[in-house]
Amino acid sequence: MEIICNGEKKEATVGMSVEEFIISLKLDPETVVVEFNEALVGRDEYPGKMLEPGCRLEIIRFVGGG
Amino acid sequence: MLAAATVADVHRALAARRPALTDLAALLSPAADGMLAEMAARSAAITRQRFGRVIQIYAPLYLSNYCVNKCVYCGFSADNSVKRRILTFAEAEVEADILVRRGIQHLLLVSGEAPARLGVDYLVDLVVRLRNRFASVTIEVQPLGEDEYRRLFAAGITGVAVYQETYDRDLYPRLHPSGPKADMGNRLLAPARAAAAGMREVGIGALFGLSDWRIEAMMIGAHLLFLRHQYWRTGFTVSFPRLRPAAGAFAPLVEVSETDLARLLFAFRIFDHDLGLVLSTREDAAFRDGIMGLAPTRYSAGSCTAPGGYSHEHEAEEQFAIGDERSVAEVCEVIRSHGFDPVKKDWDRCFQAVG
Amino acid sequence: MLTIAGRDFHSRLLTGTGKFSSSAVMIEALEESGSEIVTVALRRVDLVDPGDDIMAALDRERYLFLPNTSGARNSDEAVRLARLSRAAGGGDWLKLEVTPDPRTLLPDPVETLMATEVLAADGFHVLPYINADPVLALRLQDVGAAAVMPLGAPIGTNLGLVNRYQIEIIIDQARVPVVVDAGLGAPSHAAAAMEMGADAVLVNTAIAMAPDPVVMARSFSLAVKAGRDAFVSGLPETGSPRASSPDAGLGFLDKS
Repeated sequence: MEIICNGEKKEATVGMSVEEFIISLKLDPETVVVEFNEALVGRDEYPGKMLEPGCRLEIIRFVGGG
Repeated sequence: MLAAATVADVHRALAARRPALTDLAALLSPAADGMLAEMAARSAAITRQRFGRVIQIYAPLYLSNYCVNKCVYCGFSADNSVKRRILTFAEAEVEADILVRRGIQHLLLVSGEAPARLGVDYLVDLVVRLRNRFASVTIEVQPLGEDEYRRLFAAGITGVAVYQETYDRDLYPRLHPSGPKADMGNRLLAPARAAAAGMREVGIGALFGLSDWRIEAMMIGAHLLFLRHQYWRTGFTVSFPRLRPAAGAFAPLVEVSETDLARLLFAFRIFDHDLGLVLSTREDAAFRDGIMGLAPTRYSAGSCTAPGGYSHEHEAEEQFAIGDERSVAEVCEVIRSHGFDPVKKDWDRCFQAVG
Repeated sequence: MLTIAGRDFHSRLLTGTGKFSSSAVMIEALEESGSEIVTVALRRVDLVDPGDDIMAALDRERYLFLPNTSGARNSDEAVRLARLSRAAGGGDWLKLEVTPDPRTLLPDPVETLMATEVLAADGFHVLPYINADPVLALRLQDVGAAAVMPLGAPIGTNLGLVNRYQIEIIIDQARVPVVVDAGLGAPSHAAAAMEMGADAVLVNTAIAMAPDPVVMARSFSLAVKAGRDAFVSGLPETGSPRASSPDAGLGFLDKS
């Protein structure tokens, strides 16, 4: 199925959790924060939160800044 | 701070662009005792730069000399057997109209502390009657609560003066042995409450002649600094009333000379460039004329300190004797002759958005 | 000791973590700066090239993260970023930036005030980045800002303290620490801000973009210490001494 992640179309398998998707991107779930359809997802919800066709994910983390 | 200051510190304070409390201490310290001329020159320059060539004129209207306090230095003390009087609204209006005819537009309402006779309700009802005749109406009465000050502000009172008399914790209880004024902390916090209530202007000060003038002045400076930081929307004034002979014959506990008073005015002008400095008719004409333009920004004129005294001279007892007996017109003429403009108003309360 | 929102800091130099050539250089420069507070930004992860993770690179025991809301153009966006930051483990500290003008990146005073009020009520320690406007600084303190961060000059200009006089007023009136931010291009600018009585300064570009960021970080650290010491000591007044008037007109005093 197709989802939107950080503004880009991405393929994901049906039944994939947010946590699994983050790991598939080679990111550490502990260091990112996720918005699912514009709503904040708590870190402890990542394993149980399932992706849906067409859902919008924002994966955000800290970077260098002034 | 006072004892440690050196002549070099005084020079620094005189040149300070952003003076701190340590600079005020230097200017008040013995190290500055011989530097009054330098202080006068600096004070005059700042005063002219910040205020221009104008002097504000106001007059007090004494409403009542009933008082439940027993301040040992005051003519209105409950222990003094003086004739007591509280003005009716009609009488107060007669007095106010006399001041209006003399050209007074800044009115200061004054009373002793007797809340059962003269409380917030009285002041609200009175100021509603008077407010359209004056550019501003301010009060010097007992300390009130923040909500009470808010009510008064909504009714048209735009300024509050509450003088601490003395900041000396040991002396204060001895001078104010009974009545609500015995609560030193309540009085100390009243200016902050008035400012929090939205008053445009708040006046603080001490009665000089009670305790060491240098220390009292440092306390006023610290009080002012606190108020400035907390209540930045409020304008502040300081007054240095000197104890004058009054009924009950209380002699000043310490001497505060005219030179000391001039020093106080100069030091505060140098410390706080934008501070309103008030000089009342307690001082005599020669002093008031001589110091004109050097520091004070506000003069009372033609004052009578007895309730009803403008329409009926010598009928009630005065709070204190007047040093400058000249009329408003005479004082204004002297101000003009010094090259200053006597300004009778600087704000019209009709512009005020009342909540 | 610098105290912000009840927490004490020895260092008065805050350092930004943007624009460094590598994490290794950044880490070394931060160590040399002595900073205890470092600013970080929140961004979408680049899915193609995620790059280094700053959370992993920096020791959170050693550095307090001060996340910023850079990129926010209004109060709503800033509030959203702040809550994301908290969710991402950024804690309650926040450098609030609301910059609607992409050309100058100057902060929007109205939106900044609105966001400060919302975020302070939500338990954030808000350090708003503002133009050097004294009344705005006071209004922000009134709604609960933990510090104010007036800009010395527009960001990235390296012009130093072009708003010097306004910043002095902010310092003189402040009830919270004043951190001068942005536009400080040289250690002498930082020293000047500290001499004026600023409680701290924040530097990023001038360190990160220096030919040798590590040495420049040390220079800023020394300059901030020097400026602070000078302020504590008390600086001499400048200008020519005022000639005392021989005729001060004081003859009216105590003639009796």
